[in-house]
Amino acid sequence: MSETATFRLHVNGTERVVEGAWVGESLLYVLRERLGLPGAKNACEQGECGSCSVLLDGTLVCACLVLGASAAEREVVTVEGLPNGDGDLTDVQQAFIDEGAVQCGFCTPGLIVTVHDLLERNPSPSDLELREAISGNLCRCTGYGRILAAAQAVVAERSGSGRSQRETSA
Amino acid sequence: MNGPVVLPQSIDETLASLQETPGATILAGGTDLMVAVNAGTHRPESVVSLARVSELRSWRRDGDDVVVGACVTYTEMEHGELAALVPALCQAARTIGSPQIRNAATIGGNLGTASPAGDTLPVLAALDAVIEIRGPAGTRSVPVLEFVTGVKKTVLEPGELVTAVRLPVLRGPQEFLKVGTRNAMVISVVMAALVVDLDGHTVRLGLGSVAPVPVRAREAEVFLEGQVDWAGVGNGRVRVADASAFAGFGELAATATAPIDDHRSTAAYRRHAVSVCARRAVERAFS
Amino acid sequence: MTVTTDRQERLREGLGHSAKRPDGIPKVRGSFAFSSDLQADGMVWGHILRSPHPHARIRSIDIGPALAVPGVHAVLTADDVPGDKTFGLEHADQPVFAHDVVMHIGEALAAVAADHPDTARRAARAIVVDYEELEPLVDAEAAITAEPIHPDGNVFAELVIRHGDPTAVGEVVVEGTYEVGMQDQAFMGPESGLAVPDGEGGVDLHMSTQWLHVDRDQVANCLGLSHDKVRMTLAGVGGAFGAREDVSMQVHLCLLALHTSRPVKMVFTREESFLGHVHRHPARMHYRHHSLRDGKLVKVEARIVLDGGAYASTSRPVLVNAACFAAGPYDVPNALIEGWAVRTNNPSCGAMRGFGAVQVCFAHEAQMDRLAAALGMDPVELRRRNAMKTGDRLITGQLIAGTAPVAALIDTCAAAPLPAEDPDPDPMALPGGAGRTADRGRVRRGVGFALGFKNLMYSAGFDDYSTARVRLENGVATVTCAAAEVGQGFVTLAQQIVREVLEVDEVVLAPAETASIGSAGSTSASRQTWMSGGAVERAALAVRARLDAGEQEPIEETYEHHHPPTSPLDADGQGDAHVSYIFAAHRAVVDVDLDLGLVRVVEIATSQDVGRVLNPVQVVGQIEGGIAQGVGLAVM
Repeated sequence: MSETATFRLHVNGTERVVEGAWVGESLLYVLRERLGLPGAKNACEQGECGSCSVLLDGTLVCACLVLGASAAEREVVTVEGLPNGDGDLTDVQQAFIDEGAVQCGFCTPGLIVTVHDLLERNPSPSDLELREAISGNLCRCTGYGRILAAAQAVVAERSGSGRSQRETSA
Repeated sequence: MNGPVVLPQSIDETLASLQETPGATILAGGTDLMVAVNAGTHRPESVVSLARVSELRSWRRDGDDVVVGACVTYTEMEHGELAALVPALCQAARTIGSPQIRNAATIGGNLGTASPAGDTLPVLAALDAVIEIRGPAGTRSVPVLEFVTGVKKTVLEPGELVTAVRLPVLRGPQEFLKVGTRNAMVISVVMAALVVDLDGHTVRLGLGSVAPVPVRAREAEVFLEGQVDWAGVGNGRVRVADASAFAGFGELAATATAPIDDHRSTAAYRRHAVSVCARRAVERAFS
Repeated sequence: MTVTTDRQERLREGLGHSAKRPDGIPKVRGSFAFSSDLQADGMVWGHILRSPHPHARIRSIDIGPALAVPGVHAVLTADDVPGDKTFGLEHADQPVFAHDVVMHIGEALAAVAADHPDTARRAARAIVVDYEELEPLVDAEAAITAEPIHPDGNVFAELVIRHGDPTAVGEVVVEGTYEVGMQDQAFMGPESGLAVPDGEGGVDLHMSTQWLHVDRDQVANCLGLSHDKVRMTLAGVGGAFGAREDVSMQVHLCLLALHTSRPVKMVFTREESFLGHVHRHPARMHYRHHSLRDGKLVKVEARIVLDGGAYASTSRPVLVNAACFAAGPYDVPNALIEGWAVRTNNPSCGAMRGFGAVQVCFAHEAQMDRLAAALGMDPVELRRRNAMKTGDRLITGQLIAGTAPVAALIDTCAAAPLPAEDPDPDPMALPGGAGRTADRGRVRRGVGFALGFKNLMYSAGFDDYSTARVRLENGVATVTCAAAEVGQGFVTLAQQIVREVLEVDEVVLAPAETASIGSAGSTSASRQTWMSGGAVERAALAVRARLDAGEQEPIEETYEHHHPPTSPLDADGQGDAHVSYIFAAHRAVVDVDLDLGLVRVVEIATSQDVGRVLNPVQVVGQIEGGIAQGVGLAVM
């Protein structure tokens, strides 16, 4: 392997140094294979599926499309970094569990990050806004029904209008 | 930090880095480049990343124009004042990829990649955008239709960098329509960008994915310009002499294309879709 | 015996309730270990070299340039396969590595192990293969009579179903030809695994798959090892939908591990994933429906050709399924169904959710619409008039003895209120979406109705079973079952069953692995709830009986659960081949752009007979997920 890259990232509030990386490694590869953070997933590595969604300097991006070394000195937040310091699940994470929005779970971390990002910027999205906001996150198991329900449950809870009825009509 | 990836902090530093490592890969948003790197079809040896060149990430008004830095992202084009100044660019930006893609991908990257399906290109063509380039020989400006020379080919010379895109701020309706094989996250089958200049009395139609490069439907434009009652322009409402002109505009637009059959669509459908989209665009603009 | 004081809390997590998944917390945290997340000290990376040609003779393979790449630990080809050179679910015709001839684009020729995935990929590309390109056979219809492209011939399976009087004729006849293209399961978690050599000639394989034991058997046979030397553990699975039924990288991984004496990890790219597993069979179906003037079906004729691609996989049972369900959930007194599953140089096809019943469903429902139009009858009424019910017979002669509430499904589905038409829809909600192509005046709304059915469980005489062990110790129940959890929620169900039967709160699931228990069968055919759930239940009941008899913990019971036997189909396609059925009615509301042909699916309403609901939210999840996959096949 030719010349390698060495750089420093700030990941989930902690300084991490990457040494001897192949120049072409994506941020996703660095997180998963070098930094012990496998939360961001590798479903496509083409930017199509959103399973690798992370926050880079507060902006939602696909980690697979970020050249690892180009993220040097920048702030990265992964799904592992979302919960508060006390380690409790975030309300979004809990809602995904409660609403049955998790089946195989491969899309889940990316969606959790995306929904968190959406609700920071738009606390009460309409149904169409919610759908457009998650249009970059593919799920093959759920058909999105329970995922939308989970996001809507969080919106309702945060706006204080109480938990929407979580009764599934089966 | 040294090594194969350099992160200059200004355009000057960028140009210097490109001089130091000829053949270095220029990295903007990464949404095209990293797909190739991840697939192993592009093997970077040295990379000049524009991540820290803040000069490229801003846009400004300059007289009757806006000058959009090459690293302005689609999300930035989609919202706020820039979106209001160039509505067709805002509409086009919204159709590109996903929110994650739009947060990273740049107008400079769209130009550098110069795909026949590049979503900003028909808009830039309709606006007669001018591409600002800096390189070892200095600064030059190239009209967009001369900038893109073929499929994924541009006039950029080694060591050169797209620094900005200069667009006119025009008074008048703008429409961007994109046909794809699904309703989002889709590479276009056909694109139509309509810009009406109420002050200049021009109608411009840029088309994409129907030729190796973006094209202007000149015959259609001239035809419709002759049908418009420009005198009614004063109150912002423009009328067309004969509503059948819209269909005529669409048909003429289709003749400006040289589409192909590929895995996404056929040439015949593309011509048909252009005529429909062009007609619908002017129907909206003039309704 | 432990009885919780919080009985209400436990009952909320029992059968019939939407108990939460036990793996939900790690999955939302991102700490759940999928197969591509695995790490091991000293690990190297594997990569497979694949053919760019659909059909070619291999004149030579030169691995020298690959071996010369720094960081490469091994380069293996067909000559390095010590045991069986081929594998396969029904018929072992698929080579571990192509040797003399390549039969499809993407076929594996060699595998490389190196210290970095990019090095492995570069080394694989350095291998020099001298191909002599051959004319590929790509037309499935032609394949039936074409020169064989394989010593085993071009026909994987052919069958005939003759039911009632195949010469009967109706007063009204409609016919049509229907095609369904190839579909990919497109699970989110790419094929991936980690093989760890044990230092004694054996290997531990951590893999995401659908059937541990059948994988293990094929791997051991190819490695020339006894089955106990290959131990498989289920690694976290990112969806399956049939694509993990066939072996993909398992043998390659183990070969590399044994050769390098290092743990080897391999992860397919998305493109490799598309190339590296079986797909839904493309189908070409010609149908003729006969009815009386009042709409009563007289006969259904169908000629079905399934393109099985390069290797046999499960093409035969897919064809059997397609044929059995070819006429739809209707009372059909006479039928003549002819079917072929053929070999071509197209990508291999096998299991994908629906397993043959999907393709024929498109055809028989399109035919019913065509027939309704010919009769001047409402298409829903035509279906109601012919709806299957308990006591009818399948076209294979089997009596439908269980529930078959098809008429009720039609009625409830058709009666659901239609979604209101928005007088001022957001452009994003119109065909074309963000592309803003729609002219509202040129958007027309259409409503379609369809019925479908298929079998649950395996069929045609296959002696399917599942094994489970339940152990009760210190008030904690441990369930050991090799059932592959692929996202469907078997892990949740296993806990619910044991909580209910043993009345304990804490139910622990042991890892799914071949070393600790016998086969649980495949996660497919909607069988795990019945089969592995049944095994867990019966093991738990056996523990319960011993508890009730006064025995002290620890108590452990293992149970091998079989379903009632089924019969193969005879030469006329007749036989009691199925265990049970699922019936569904769908209504689709779709907006169409009349000039551009773009569509937007507004709503899918469904009524399904789901039997006893053990976990409502998981049932809904399966229905919604399945519908999304069907919509994808239809419109994308």
